[in-house]
Amino acid sequence: MEAASKLDVEAIRADFPILQRRIGDKPLAYLDSAATSQKPVQVVEAMRRFTDYSNANISRSVHTLGAEATEAYEGARAKVAAFIGAPSPDEVVFTKNSTESINLMAYAFQNAAFDAAADPRFKLGPGDEVVVTEMEHHANLIPWQQLCRRTGATLKWIGITDAGRLDVDTVDEVITERCKVVSFVHVANLLGTVNPTSQITRRAREVGALVGLDASQSVPHIPVDVTELGVDFIAFTGHKMLGPTGIGVLWAKADLLAAMPPFLTGGSMIKTVTMEHTTFADAPAKFEAGTPPIAEAVGLAAAVDYLDKLGMANVRAHEKEFAGYMLDRLETVDGLQIIGPRVPIGRSATVSFTIDGVHPHDVGQILDAEGIAVRVGHHCAKPTCARFGVNATTRASGYLYNTHEEIDRLVEALGQVRKVFG
Amino acid sequence: MNLDELYQEVILDHYKRPRGAGLREPYEGESHQVNPTCGDEITLRVHVEGDTIADVSYDNVGCSISKASASVMYELINGAKVDDALAKLAEFTELMNSKGQSEGDEESLEDAVAFAGVSKYPMRVKCALLGWKAFQDALVRAEASIPGRTDA
Ligand SMILES: Cc1ncc(COP(=O)(O)O)c(C=O)c1O
Repeated sequence: MEAASKLDVEAIRADFPILQRRIGDKPLAYLDSAATSQKPVQVVEAMRRFTDYSNANISRSVHTLGAEATEAYEGARAKVAAFIGAPSPDEVVFTKNSTESINLMAYAFQNAAFDAAADPRFKLGPGDEVVVTEMEHHANLIPWQQLCRRTGATLKWIGITDAGRLDVDTVDEVITERCKVVSFVHVANLLGTVNPTSQITRRAREVGALVGLDASQSVPHIPVDVTELGVDFIAFTGHKMLGPTGIGVLWAKADLLAAMPPFLTGGSMIKTVTMEHTTFADAPAKFEAGTPPIAEAVGLAAAVDYLDKLGMANVRAHEKEFAGYMLDRLETVDGLQIIGPRVPIGRSATVSFTIDGVHPHDVGQILDAEGIAVRVGHHCAKPTCARFGVNATTRASGYLYNTHEEIDRLVEALGQVRKVFG
Repeated sequence: MNLDELYQEVILDHYKRPRGAGLREPYEGESHQVNPTCGDEITLRVHVEGDTIADVSYDNVGCSISKASASVMYELINGAKVDDALAKLAEFTELMNSKGQSEGDEESLEDAVAFAGVSKYPMRVKCALLGWKAFQDALVRAEASIPGRTDA
C-alpha cells in the first residue's frame, strides 16, 4: 500500500529520537505535526555544534567567531531563499514565526498611514479593501482585521464551500478595484485544504492589489516556488518544517521590501543615527532589529538541508498517499464526520473530524492514553469552526515520519472512545 | 495513564444527564465564560433571594469534564446559603489545584470529589473550573445589582 512513497520512512524515523518515546506503556504515535513538527538529530546537532564552537553575535565583531556566526546566519538565509525559489537571499527576512511575519506586512500598511511620503501601494484608508479567506488561521486574520479597524479600510473574505474548498466562484466579486492587498492561506491548518492560487493571484493583479500567502502549512509539506506562484510575499515558520521554534520567515519581493516602512526599530537595522533622525539599512536588515535568532537560523538551515535531501516532491507524494489512507480509514469509524475535503485531492495530510456525542477534548484525552498525540480545539481558526457549526474538532496530522500503522492505532482507539462515551 | 480515574462513573453520569441545565428566569446576575484554548463555553445565571442561592441555571457546550462539573456544581450550590456556596467554590478550587495530592472531603463536596483525578491533568483543570468561574462572576454581578447588598 505504501508503494507510492519514495521515502524510506523507517530510516527517517531513526533520525527522530522522540519518536521512540513511550507515553505510559504505549509507543508514541505523533499525529500533531500541523501544530509543530518534531526535529531530527541533524537539526539539533547543527545547533549544538554552532553553539559549542562558533557562537557570537553577528555583524558586529571582527573576531573569528563573529565572522563565523555571521557567515552561518547569512548562509541560512541563502539556503532558505533557494529552498523557496526566491531570486535573492536579500528577499528573505528572518522573524520569530509566521505570526510576526504577517504582522510585519500588516504594519507596513499601518505605518505608511502616518507617513506622507510612503509608497502609495501601502496607503490604506476608508474605501480601500483588504481580502482574506474564511479559512484563515487567526495569524492571518487578526493582523488584517486590526489594520482595517485602525485605517478605516474594509476587510472582506472569500467563503468556504460545504466540501471545505474556497468558494472561488466569488473571487471576482470579492476582490474589487478597491482592493489593496489579498493575503490568503495556502494550505489550511484546520481543513487541510490546499488552495489553488492562480485564480486569486490573477484577479489581484487585474485590480492592482498586492497578494501574499500564509505558507505556514505549505512550505513544510509541498514544493513551494515563490516565482512560480507569482505572489508578492509569503510567511512561514521554522518549527513546522523540522526546524526549531523562535524563527520564522517573511519572503517579499525586493521592491516591496525597499518600499515598506520598518516594523520593529532599534539596533542592527540602521544606516546612520543622530539624536534627531535615523536612516534605515536596506532589506533584509531593515526588518531585523535587535539580535536575531542566530542558532535557530542554523537549525532552520539544517532542516532545509534535510528536506532538500529527501526531496519535497517525495515528501508531498508520501503525504498524499498518507492522506488517502487516513481518510479511508477514518471514514470507517462510526459517527465520525470529516470537516474538510473528503478526498485526497487538493488536500494535505491534516484531517479534522468530529465524533457524534463526544467532545474533542475527551477524544484527545482517550487517544493520549493510547500514546496517540492529536490536537483538539478550534486550532486558532474559530471562523472556520463557526462555518461548519462546530466549537472544536479533533485533528490528526501526518508528516514524513508517519506510518499507516499509526493510523491503524488511531482508528482502533477511536473505537474505544465510542465505548467510553457511548 | 489511568482513564478510569479521570472518567469516573459519576462524571460520565452527570455528563450524560446534566442536572439543572437550561437558562431560567428570574435572575440577577449572568456570566458568560469561555475556555479560549478549547472553545468550551458556558452561560450561567444566578438568582439570589435574601442570603440564599434560589436558582442557578446554565447553558453550556464543552467536554465531559466541563459539563459534568457544572452539573455537580448545580447540585452543590442550588438552594445553598451564599456563604456556603462560596465556601464550596473555594474548596473545589483548592481540590483542582492540588495536582493529584488531595482526595477531597466527600462530606462537603459530595459528587465533586470525583474530580480529584482531574487535578492531575493540568490541561483539564480549566475545564472543571469553567462553570465555577461563571458562578463566581454571576454572583458578583447579582450582588452588585441588588440594592444595599454590597454594603450589608
Ligand atoms: C496556517 C497557519 N498560519 C499561521 C500559523 C502560526 O504559526 P506561528 O505560531 O509559528 O506563528 C500556523 C500555525 O499554528 C498555521 O497553521
